[in-house]
Amino acid sequence: MRLTLHIWRQQNSSARGKMVRYEVPDVNEHMSFLEMLDVLNESLIAKGEEPVAFDHDCREGICGMCGCMVNGVAHGPLPGTTLCQLHMRHFKDGDELYLEPWRAKAFPVVKDLVVDRTAFDRIIAAGGFISVSTGSAPDGNAILVPKEDADRSMDAAACIGCGACVAMCPNAAAALFTGAKIAHLGLLPQGQPERMQRAEAMVAQAAAEGFGYCTNLGECEAVCPKEIKLEVIARMNRDFLSASWRGR
Amino acid sequence: MELNGKCPTGPIETRWERHRFNLKLVNPANKRKYTIIVVGTGLAGGAAAASLAELGYQVKCFCYQDSPRRAHSIAAQGGINAAKNYHNDGDSIYRLFYDTVKGGDFRARESNVYRLAQISVDIIDQCVAQGVPFAREYSGYLDNRSFGGAQVSRTFYARGQTGQQLLLGAYQALERQIGAGQVEMHDRCEMLDLIVIDGRARGIVTRDLRTGKIESHLGDAVALGTGGYGNVFYLSTNAKGCNTTAIWRAHKRGALFGNPCFTQIHPTCIPVSGEYQSKLTLMSESLRNDGRVWVPLKAGDKRDPSQIPEAERDYFLERKYPSFGNLVPRDVASRNAKNVCDEGRGVGGTGLAVFLDFRDAIQRLGAGVIKERYGNLFDMYERITGEDPYKTPMRIYPAIHYTMGGLWVDYNLMSTIPGLYVIGEANFSDHGANRLGASALMQGLADGYFVLPNTIGDYLASTKFDKVDSSHAAAKEAEARVCAVTKRLLETKGTRSVDHYHRELGKLMWEYCGMARTAEGLKQALGLIPEMREQFWRDVRVLGTGDELNQSLEKAGRVADFFELAELMCLDALERNESCGGHFREEYQTPEGEASRDDERYSYVSAWEFKGVGNAPVLHKEPLTFEYVHPSQRSYK
Repeated sequence: MRLTLHIWRQQNSSARGKMVRYEVPDVNEHMSFLEMLDVLNESLIAKGEEPVAFDHDCREGICGMCGCMVNGVAHGPLPGTTLCQLHMRHFKDGDELYLEPWRAKAFPVVKDLVVDRTAFDRIIAAGGFISVSTGSAPDGNAILVPKEDADRSMDAAACIGCGACVAMCPNAAAALFTGAKIAHLGLLPQGQPERMQRAEAMVAQAAAEGFGYCTNLGECEAVCPKEIKLEVIARMNRDFLSASWRGR
Repeated sequence: MELNGKCPTGPIETRWERHRFNLKLVNPANKRKYTIIVVGTGLAGGAAAASLAELGYQVKCFCYQDSPRRAHSIAAQGGINAAKNYHNDGDSIYRLFYDTVKGGDFRARESNVYRLAQISVDIIDQCVAQGVPFAREYSGYLDNRSFGGAQVSRTFYARGQTGQQLLLGAYQALERQIGAGQVEMHDRCEMLDLIVIDGRARGIVTRDLRTGKIESHLGDAVALGTGGYGNVFYLSTNAKGCNTTAIWRAHKRGALFGNPCFTQIHPTCIPVSGEYQSKLTLMSESLRNDGRVWVPLKAGDKRDPSQIPEAERDYFLERKYPSFGNLVPRDVASRNAKNVCDEGRGVGGTGLAVFLDFRDAIQRLGAGVIKERYGNLFDMYERITGEDPYKTPMRIYPAIHYTMGGLWVDYNLMSTIPGLYVIGEANFSDHGANRLGASALMQGLADGYFVLPNTIGDYLASTKFDKVDSSHAAAKEAEARVCAVTKRLLETKGTRSVDHYHRELGKLMWEYCGMARTAEGLKQALGLIPEMREQFWRDVRVLGTGDELNQSLEKAGRVADFFELAELMCLDALERNESCGGHFREEYQTPEGEASRDDERYSYVSAWEFKGVGNAPVLHKEPLTFEYVHPSQRSYK
């Protein structure tokens, strides 16, 4: 199939960017979206033009490094799928696609489709952990976790930190990302002692990074490649409120 | 050079404990005076950086990705082994030790493997405490499953995302230390050289991938947890960025490279679909617990699998290995898949695939149970191939997955350069010639959480360090070397892309140094690689500049190193005139086609010394002795 791409090209973080049109004439339906971009880049290099920069690593949908907006939707049209796992059989001959980097003040563009997501790391550093130093743990079976709690914790822990939730949110809120970590740890008995301070610190850090606030629009849930549910945001809000109340 | 593995002697059960007691300690108040550089943030690097910081050392940590959470450990699916014997099925530390030595085809050190089996138990405890959401039974107790190469259930898992959850545990521990100011994190920052001062590893040279800035970082010790080199084959299950650059450049500074030809082929990957293929996706081998591997009995049978009656199917693993069946170790499963495809019985469009069929398991257990166990893997398979494995069997084929070889280290995980430690997949140490499933996570975390934090103190406490900074001549020299390579790559202005050359090298390696090797083929490869390497340096096209994000330039440096490593791998494979584990030399097989080891002549670790590009490297040998597990031909029949 033949595709027309319009891709955001921006030389570096301070340069002005613009959309540039490319034709990709030989797209195979079994290619992944990123392999289609590889093919485009090989043709650009052959012509002496700089290839399009895009982040990617595992190409198995788990590292969370890839992702861009495809026709205004984070990670493209297929629900529950990262860009690297999106295959071209979901497109048709003659399609015109607009590719843009994640859009959020807290995710500045580094180059082309590459953005800086280190704000996410700082949210985790603020409290997204259980403070247990190596060597001080009791036997694994000394801490019983009801299966249902373990499963729901795992649902939240599946977050890959790709940033699609932020990119899709009109407020550029990091609520789904932050809520997922708060839910993952808060659902486990090991996570209880720090539960309140965790919620307070992580929510405060998200605000300090310049992410917006959640207004329950649900765009994040709709594009999350790991299908993290909005309920994690409810848990975050509940923990944050109790924490603020207790702190007073 | 005399290779001293520094392995303790005496009863194996107490070796690690006695060794630890004999190690010198650094006083808690003095720990903050030492700076340790950790490169890589996977299970080994991330766990080490966090644990060293918890102890009070100053840590500088580096990764090439945009966040330490991206390291490729994250992609491990199936699980992590631990000898907890929670299931009362006869497991023990000794049995895990025994299985690992045997699974590695008697090419690993007994002392290291026993320590690994002992520590496995502590790893689970540590990870549970961190909040890793391991699978649970309804009672709340930890659940286990079985895995290839073992007859007990000792594998702990978190759905099909065990690597992700363990890595996030280590990442969160690391972020906690970053937040506390104990770790200085450098993301999108790639190590491009090692700084050796007075014979000791004292720092690294890095390139900031955002700005292109080349910089020296000095410290008192360096730990490399930079993973394996499977991407020398271009197509592998590794992440696209995985590379050999950190360990290869340390090798060029004097660290010996152990067993470079020991590479692992994973039997259950999604087959190649076309020339544009950029990587291969693994389907966890835990699938072999419930899936049955088969091909049509007759060559060239292209019927739809549902149309092939039971009597015309060959469940070749179950037929040949009745006691282990579909759960034979990876090398055995892979080789048998290759053999049936070579006989013309492969399936799918290319004929390079075998079926992995869940029909019987779904009938026995119901689709719900199968979904619970492997749901995300089935979804992934369908996403990539467009086929529904609940209805039609998966097609799988072996692919490069892991490299058992790596920098040579002693029992303390120190390389032949004092002060340079190598942990996780980057070292050669624990898996011999073949790694068992669910053991990579175990080794990465054992090295990072429990071994290195203990052993590094001995070196620091017994060494007197001169104050050095980035103005030191050795640092300036290393920076100049890095700048020269970058400049040369940018100025070559040739005609072909980096990927073009990488793909060519990969094809050659798969052909001559892949699943089956011959002396003739290896000699041919050794003739072709230097030619191809010279052509790369004459003709590679890297566009753009060196002072901003330039992904082609990053790749070019890595591929240049792969070209040098490839030659060493072929040389090692040629030198080892036996078959063992993942190293299968066609000339050396039993009449039944199994690997034929030569313990008389090859019971050693080959450790290669670099002598300059194009010059013959020097082989050093560390003999292996077995006091506990007597070498025998592996049999999984």
